[in-house]
Formats: sequence, structure tokens, C-alpha cells
Amino acid sequence: MELELKEVVKTVRGKTHIYPTSLTFKSGDFNILLGTTGSGKTTLMQIMAGLESIDSGSIYFDGKDVTKVSVQKRNISMVYQSFINYPNFSVFDNIASPLYVAKFSEVEIKKRVGDIAELLKLSPLLDRNPSELSGGQQQRTAMARALVKDSSLVLLDEPLANLDYKLREELRDELPQLLAKRNSIVVYSTTEPLEALLFGGNTATLHEGKVVQFGPTNEVYQYPNNLISAQVFSEPIMNQVKVIKKGNELFMQSGVKWQLKGKTANLQDGEYAFGIRPHHFKIRAKNDGFIRISGTVDISEISGSDSVIHFKNDDGFWIVHLSGIHSHSFGNSIELYMDTTKGILFDDNGNAILN
Amino acid sequence: MANIKLEGLRHSYVDNPKNDEDWALKQIDLEWEDGGAYALLGPSGCGKTTLLNIISGLLQPSHGSIKFDDSEVNQISTDKRDIAQIFQFPVVYDTMSVYDNLAFPLRNLGWDEAKVSERVTEIAQLVELTSMLTSRASGLTAGDKQKISLGRGLVRTKVNAILFDEPLTVIDPHLKWQLRSKLKKLHQLLNRTMIYVTHDQIEALTFADKVVVMNFGEVLQIGTPVELFEKPKHTFVGHFIGSPGMNILPCKLDGDNANLGKHIIETASQITQNHKGRNLEIGIRPEFIKFSDDGLPVSIVKVSNVGHAQIVETSFEDHKIKLIVDEDVVLPSNNAHLSFNKEKTYLYADGWLV
Repeated sequence: MELELKEVVKTVRGKTHIYPTSLTFKSGDFNILLGTTGSGKTTLMQIMAGLESIDSGSIYFDGKDVTKVSVQKRNISMVYQSFINYPNFSVFDNIASPLYVAKFSEVEIKKRVGDIAELLKLSPLLDRNPSELSGGQQQRTAMARALVKDSSLVLLDEPLANLDYKLREELRDELPQLLAKRNSIVVYSTTEPLEALLFGGNTATLHEGKVVQFGPTNEVYQYPNNLISAQVFSEPIMNQVKVIKKGNELFMQSGVKWQLKGKTANLQDGEYAFGIRPHHFKIRAKNDGFIRISGTVDISEISGSDSVIHFKNDDGFWIVHLSGIHSHSFGNSIELYMDTTKGILFDDNGNAILN
Repeated sequence: MANIKLEGLRHSYVDNPKNDEDWALKQIDLEWEDGGAYALLGPSGCGKTTLLNIISGLLQPSHGSIKFDDSEVNQISTDKRDIAQIFQFPVVYDTMSVYDNLAFPLRNLGWDEAKVSERVTEIAQLVELTSMLTSRASGLTAGDKQKISLGRGLVRTKVNAILFDEPLTVIDPHLKWQLRSKLKKLHQLLNRTMIYVTHDQIEALTFADKVVVMNFGEVLQIGTPVELFEKPKHTFVGHFIGSPGMNILPCKLDGDNANLGKHIIETASQITQNHKGRNLEIGIRPEFIKFSDDGLPVSIVKVSNVGHAQIVETSFEDHKIKLIVDEDVVLPSNNAHLSFNKEKTYLYADGWLV
């Protein structure tokens, strides 16, 4: 199965919420919409579901134009960030509700609810009311309801955002396997880069109503096509400094310089932006691709196994992520080694120049 | 500012508590030094919000006392305890300007406008709201609104403690990083007692000098982030802290050895025959496991790239064992074996560290 958005546009009272967007999703793939709050993830999903009309463009399902088809006729399941359940129904009836509507036989309903409840660890809770469940159990109930029927399209709008950290971790582990077993098109939205990385599949980075990049998740992460995509898919943010290219060398404002290799060595001389992720810094140089960066510590955050150090120098503010415990106080001077081979150059327009 | 002491604190929401489950807080004894940065960490329902409400005076504990600088405050009302609270959802007066929002607590205290202006200017600078002072609060982003809440919490000069109740839960990741480091910096600058309640281990560990880990109304461990990471006293602490958490593997005692299947696992714990008959588990963090030429034979089930590292899920007999390796480590294609760092491998009996 295949869902295709063609040049879809959405405006609300003269304000553009979704700029012309074309995307194709296939069944069996895990598709992720990654972006901050307000980037258009929810709007895009509601357009896919048929809950929102569009100003122009069209939506195809398996080659058939469904742009004007109502949500009831599209065979869609949706899970929202806030847990929505019928308060007066038992967990069993909550999960079974779409099957009642579709007039499934009693035997079939029992079997399907039993199976999905087992998968989502809800079996002992089927007789309870949603109000007697924890947040995680309520959200698993909502998910079970979304998955109990064979929808062609499953839309999950930040389903883990309101859950406890550890529960989120558990469900992140289970969800891909759970969804892989189905022949549905899955679209999942999140604000968290880590979540996209863990799920793999395909990722579309979204920013202010535009899809910035779409492709296999690891590719989008490793080879962002521009600065915006790189920042959307980075946590903490990607370090970004001004550099000058002269001959085959790059110079930072502080005077630190290094040799360029590969295609970038042939670029026109001039000003560029250099982006490098926080974990591409080390305590020691591993090879000649590493150069020394020094500065003054702003704060250091220790998480038990890792350290995140914020420091500044003539080039601006830096965030580095080191494994191990490295405690530095405010005002300390610090020296680290940056793996220049992992950095990415961006031109005036913010487009990445890939080696 | 004050030193805060909780003594023999217990709380139940039911009238005649009978069994253990009736207690939202079973028994809490702890002391927070003046000026420290603390976190209360635990899952929903662990009792952390109950504890916070007792400190702020919204709730009277069933038993025990709460002391500020050695004098009991149980009978003192919330507004007289001089505590600032910052909640999950920013509390902002939408119709007022940012300036008036920050000035509000001071005007309530009857400060004269000259002094109000001086203080508001100072606080606005601290929380980076100076350029927005004249804007109406209603048009601001969630992050800026949370900064207003924070600023209002800091604006009073006489504050015994600042309590944060999941302040960053609804904030986007990038902004979360910014505000979190901002908070940490504010603590360094102001040296006020700050108590941060959260279910998010990363927020707790990065913010606090000392973290209190709770579950089922009990304190399981109080320690620095490094202590909690390197030597969890309870399997729950091991599991809850770290991402992924500690591997907890059921084991058997054979003489003085702990065995996983037929394999002897060397641990840092002293094993004695007293541990026979108890529920025994080995705890080892994913960070302290390596691939090696011999050791525990496993098969690789799944690999997730998380940017700076790879999380590898392996299986040994019926058990899942996760390890974290560097992003550029090449994984063994078959015949994978694991070796555990002995110094960081612990034995747990009935959940507690041996």
C-alpha cells in the first residue's frame, strides 16, 4: 500500500500552515515526522487522516485520489498525545469499540482484543475502567484500540510525550516490533531526535510548515541537506561556527585552522558555516583529523555516565558531549580535540556541501 | 534560606491505613542543606509530589515533622513558609506585561515601586527577559512563559527554598537543554536551596548535586549522580537511572560463585552462604560490558544507533543483555562474547545490593 501527498497546501485565515508538501509513504515502513512544536506535524497528520481539508494539492491512496473522501471511509487509526479513552467503558470495550462499529462477530472480537492486549501487556486489566489505570496503561489502551482493526494507515501523534521517562523507553523498544507485524502504513510524529534514531525507518524533518528533508533516518541524520535539517535532527544542538576557506585550509575566527580533504578542498574561497555535533569532541586526539579547541567553561552537566560541557571562546558558544565524568567549574579553562572529519560545511544559503 | 529537615515523615490519604499500600509515603527521614541543588526522582505515583506538597504546606503529613532551620513548620501555612514554586505548566497572568508579572509578588508584599523596579530589572536580566519586559505575556512562547514563572519564583528576596515540579516536561528538546543549563547556572549564581521533582533521570542527574530516588513511597537511595550510576543500592535504582538502565539478570549461587547458566560471573560483591534461598540477581550496566574473544556467549538481537553510540541488544539463554559501544566500534558478526567489568558488576539479594 502507498500513501502519497502531492503538493499539499494548508492555510488558516490567510496564514500558511503547510507549504507545498509532497511525500510518499509505503506500508511496512516506519515513517517519522520530526520537528518542534508548531512545525506542522499534527496538521500534516490530520490532513492524511482527512480530518483537515486542504487548500490545494491532492492525496492518493494506492493510486486512488482520496482528497475528498471523508475520514470515516479512509480506514485510519490515530493515537494522540493525550490519552483518549471512553471513561465509562471497560478496557476491553475501549479496545473493542472499533470492532463493534465494524460489526465483527463476538468470537472474532474476543480473539483480536485478547491478542492485542497480550502484546501490550493489558491482559490482566481488561475488566477495569480507564480511570483505574496508570498513564502508561491508559496510553497502551488507546494504542491497542488503534491497532485492533486492520487499518491501512496508522497515525501516531507524539504518543509517548506524556509518559514517564522509563515507560517511554520501554514502549520505544516495543513499538517498532509491534507495528512491523502489520501491513499498515505507519506515520509517527515526535519532537525528539533520539526517538527517530531509535526507530530507524524513514524520517522527514519539519520546520515552520515545510518538509526540509525526507529519507532513510540514518542518512538524514548523517547527511543533513542543510542547516535547518541538521538542527532539527540534533540533540543537543549542533555547534555552528563561522569559518573562512583559503586554499585548502579552513580558519575559524580564533585563528584555529585545519586542512581540508576531499571535494571540499576544491570549493571557492570565502566564508562558510561549519557544523559539528557535540559528541565529535574527545579528550585526546585520535588521529591528525583532530584539532585542539580551547575555551572557558560556562557549566558542566554530569549525567552519571556522560558529561555535557558548555564553554565559550572567540568563536562563540560550544556544547560538547563526552563519555565519562569530566567535572569543570564555571570559569575553568578547558582543552578538547574536535574531530574535523565529522564536521559539515554549509554555504551562504545554509545548504550542506557534502564530501 | 534554610536548612530543611524531614523527620519520621509518613503520609496516607486514607483515614485508617492498614497495610503498606495505604501509605503514599512510608517513612522519610532526610536533610537538605541550605543552598544545595536537590532532585526527587521517581515514576508517577512514587510519592514525590506528595512529599513536595508537604514541604510547601499544601498537605499536612499524617506523622512526623518538617523543620526549617530546626524549627517545626507543620502548623505554618503555605504563604508564610516563604517557598517559591514552579510548576509543569507555566503560571502566567496573560493580560499583564512581563514586567507586571515579575513585579506581582513584590507589589503584594507592599514594596514601593522604586524598589520593585530595581529588583525586577535584576531578575529579568538573570532569566533573560530584559528585552521583553514591556510585552504582554499572552503572546509569548512556552519557553518564555516558563522563564516568567521562574523569574517570579526568584524575585522575592526572602525565600527558604525554590521547588520545581516537573518544570520542563512540556518543553521541546532544544529549549529543554537551554532552560536546564540556565537553571543550573542560576543555582551557581544564587546559591538558593532548589528542589527539583521529576520522572526524567537526565534532568535530575544533570541538575542536582544530590538525587533522592523514590519508589512506592519509599526512599531507595540518596546520592550524587555518580554514586547512583556507579553503585546503585537497589535494582530499581539501577533500572531507573541510565538509558538503557542496568541489566538485571537472575542468577544462582554455586559455592561462593554467582552463576549465569553455567557461567561464573565475577562480581564486586562479597558473596556468603547467607544469600542462599533469596532472590538473587546480577546487576551490570550496559556501559560496563564489552565484546571480547571469550566470556559469556551471546547472540546479537538488535542494534540501535543513537548518534554518539550504538546500543546493542544481545540474548543469553532467555535473558536480554544490553551494552553500549562507541559509534565506530565494529560489531562481531558471529560468535559474540561479552565480558563484564568485575568492579562494576554487583550481586543483589531481594533487590538490595549485597
